[in-house]
Amino acid sequence: MVAANTAKTLSVTLRVWRQASPAAPGRFVDYPAANVSTNMSFLELIDVINDRLTVQGEEPIAFAHDCREGICGTCSCTINGKAHGPGHGIATCQTYLRSFKDGDIIVVEPFRARAFPLVKDLVVDRAAFDQIIQAGGFVSVRTGAAPDANAIPVPKAAADLAMDAAACIGCGACVAACKNASAMLFVAAKVSQLGLLPQGQPERDQRVLAMVAKMDALGFGSCTNQYECSAACPKAISHDFIARLNRDYLQASVRAAFQPVSASTGGGAG
Amino acid sequence: MAKLDSKVPSGPLADKWRKHKAEIKLVNPANKRKYEVIVVGAGLAGASAAATLAELGYRVKNFVFHDSPRRAHSIAAQGGINAAKNYQNDGDSVYRLFYDTLKGGDYRSREANVHRLAEVSVNIIDQCVAQGVPFAREYGGLLANRSFGGAQVSRTFYARGQTGQQLLLGAYSALSRMVGAGAIELHANSEMLDLVIVDGQAKGVIVRDLITGELSRHAADAVILATGGYGNVFNLSTYARGSNVTAIWRAYKRGACMANPCYTQIHPTCIPVSGDYQSKLTLMSESLRNDGRIWVPKRKEDRLKPPGAIAEADRDYYLERIYPSFGNLCPRDVASRAAKRVCDEGRGVGETGLGVYLDFADAIKRLGEAGVRERYANLFDIYHEITAESAYQVPMRIYPAVHYTMGGLWVDYNLMSNVPGLFVLGEANFSDHGANRLGASALMQGLADGYFVIPYTIGDYLAGQAPGSRPSTDAPEFQAAEDHIRGQTTRLLGIKGREPVSHFHKRLGKIMWEHCGMARTQAGLEEALRLIPALREEFWANVNVPGSAATLNQALEQAGRVGDFLEFGELLCLDALKREESCGGHFRDEYQFPDGECRRDDARYGHVAAWEYQGAGQAPLRNIEPLNYEFVKMSVRNYK
Repeated sequence: MVAANTAKTLSVTLRVWRQASPAAPGRFVDYPAANVSTNMSFLELIDVINDRLTVQGEEPIAFAHDCREGICGTCSCTINGKAHGPGHGIATCQTYLRSFKDGDIIVVEPFRARAFPLVKDLVVDRAAFDQIIQAGGFVSVRTGAAPDANAIPVPKAAADLAMDAAACIGCGACVAACKNASAMLFVAAKVSQLGLLPQGQPERDQRVLAMVAKMDALGFGSCTNQYECSAACPKAISHDFIARLNRDYLQASVRAAFQPVSASTGGGAG
Repeated sequence: MAKLDSKVPSGPLADKWRKHKAEIKLVNPANKRKYEVIVVGAGLAGASAAATLAELGYRVKNFVFHDSPRRAHSIAAQGGINAAKNYQNDGDSVYRLFYDTLKGGDYRSREANVHRLAEVSVNIIDQCVAQGVPFAREYGGLLANRSFGGAQVSRTFYARGQTGQQLLLGAYSALSRMVGAGAIELHANSEMLDLVIVDGQAKGVIVRDLITGELSRHAADAVILATGGYGNVFNLSTYARGSNVTAIWRAYKRGACMANPCYTQIHPTCIPVSGDYQSKLTLMSESLRNDGRIWVPKRKEDRLKPPGAIAEADRDYYLERIYPSFGNLCPRDVASRAAKRVCDEGRGVGETGLGVYLDFADAIKRLGEAGVRERYANLFDIYHEITAESAYQVPMRIYPAVHYTMGGLWVDYNLMSNVPGLFVLGEANFSDHGANRLGASALMQGLADGYFVIPYTIGDYLAGQAPGSRPSTDAPEFQAAEDHIRGQTTRLLGIKGREPVSHFHKRLGKIMWEHCGMARTQAGLEEALRLIPALREEFWANVNVPGSAATLNQALEQAGRVGDFLEFGELLCLDALKREESCGGHFRDEYQFPDGECRRDDARYGHVAAWEYQGAGQAPLRNIEPLNYEFVKMSVRNYK
């Protein structure tokens, strides 16, 4: 959390990355905003600037946003070099102008990573995260096939830790904050959530191998354990889960190499 | 005039669903892959439906306007999900959950639908746990429950303050699994702009790719809309900014009836408005009412004093005073109206006078600050982020805000609209919450519809459609719908007026909130019905939508949605005007008991109003589906 500015209004300049399309050249453009309320949210300031641009006949700034309460993971700017801005454990949409000082120049950029190609201005394409989940971030349970919910007791400590990992909102700040644009924290969170629970055990090895392989194939970088990811994460997900992921991955790789596999995987004779 | 056959099965209440499932038609497993189903939306209802239908073998196309199906606003639900598991041994049962939901809805929903909802609630919890949803647990490893939203049993399952997120991610994981398996074709960044009807049946959609701007046609054997609620017609609400009425409104204009649009839920515990730049209101979970006490000063002269300087004897804990048995836990509509009344009396707190205190001082005395922190830390943090105040030290200030809409497209017991082949799930339909939704019931309904109802009932419709009979997208109906949308886009971009879209949205929101908010009157509604068409006319003459249609253009997206709100808002007010009674979230000043409670008129209004489009400039037709209560007596809700 940053020290709050207690004044009622302030004047700042947004220095925003404008880029009409992936192929077009990009540049920073300054947008001054005078005497705006410190209670205004950062995204509301972009709303106000966009309305002004519209009336002036200029194209508004494209930016990603939806729930504006820090849970949907849509918003995604880098503010003054930090993914999701100056606050700790919050998303861009939960950033208020009282976090800034009168006269500040605030630099706003899209998340930058090879696996998140730019769409327009501050909007990037994060479909790679969906593809990683599609590769194995689930428990294969058909609707209707589940046993009674209390038939599977889960130790409270495991459930609580799984919930810590499950809090990931899939925003991509971990990737944007990492100098290698690694997606290890994102993958670690899902692998750990399901790996900590009994429901996740049957597919545990397969899951971690498939998700890591997909992550690598999509062009995310490697992890060099500097934990910028955790520091930028709006849900403050711990980098300890990365260690867990590495352990799971190693064990699964060894087992995959040595474990005997049945030659017959089909169902019964029909 | 539309034919509104509810198709509620005959027989005893508790046997209806079982009997219906046994009697409806099935699709041969080898034929399922020959049917294509379009699912629009990937919130709880859409994602669960898409995943389950794909598991059954149908070919599914899923369209979402978000950049990922994990972003739908189901994700923001904080409190929990109800289920009649009776794990707490405190007297819960399917019947009790059914009865509470029916009564909570002020006897304006269908008995049979609500009973089915209560029945399948238990399966939902099983399914979600099996998916790895990390629900809260007790030390013995079994699931924890809490009492929520006025229920007198503990039947709510929860995952910290993020239950909606965890349930949605569970459904998203099931959806993703089927996308990975090639059984679902996922179209992100794709907004449905029109429904295509061929020979009287829903057979496809027109979609705009929000990144490239391209329009495309998609044909199917059936279309499912799971596109959420329309609360953003009020502009300021707890909805996500992108939530909109467009999909269901355009289906309405193609013949689907819109039922009970005036049933809107105003949630009592939201953070008050701070300025006219505001884009959204944030909910503080209802669970806070379990430990917080709501009050305002007894005298209006005290309203600007620091709360700590107001003596205990000078405070009015008005919910505890008026509703001694339910107190701070009375239903949402009752708590919201009570807050409005004390603010109207001039006793509201905060700079604007539109706020009441939610005070945790007693809870901190009882549980210690650490105890309160353990239960509510994330909510107190959210409050601090927004207001820069610590609720551990000063009471929270809260005020009601639009939160959920019970109305929506009319559906029968099979969740099919009056347009054959068009199914509507979750908040987008009108079906299960009557005139007021109870806490922790929205998640239950979304998942019930998607996991456990539509997979059965859609088969009954598809079994009557010959495999491979869906039309080609070259059909003239597709061409006409696409041309229509292209024309509308060109028109919006061509106006080049002086005001941005957001100004019209704000002005519409003000009209709606002032004249069709927590308390409605005939004069106010008539005024709104004059103001909205005038505003709409101004919109089409003076809106400025910059940029082009051939690229990502958020102003254009917003213009289309606000254009629809400007039409829909009028229907909402008309429905409110024509319903001359008070019930649940619909409160008409003229119809109340001397103590300020809702006065229903079951004889004249014990029915569903389903509006039918009659063409541009024509008054819509008000159809009626009578609510026949066979098993429960409609009575006056009493929470005193």
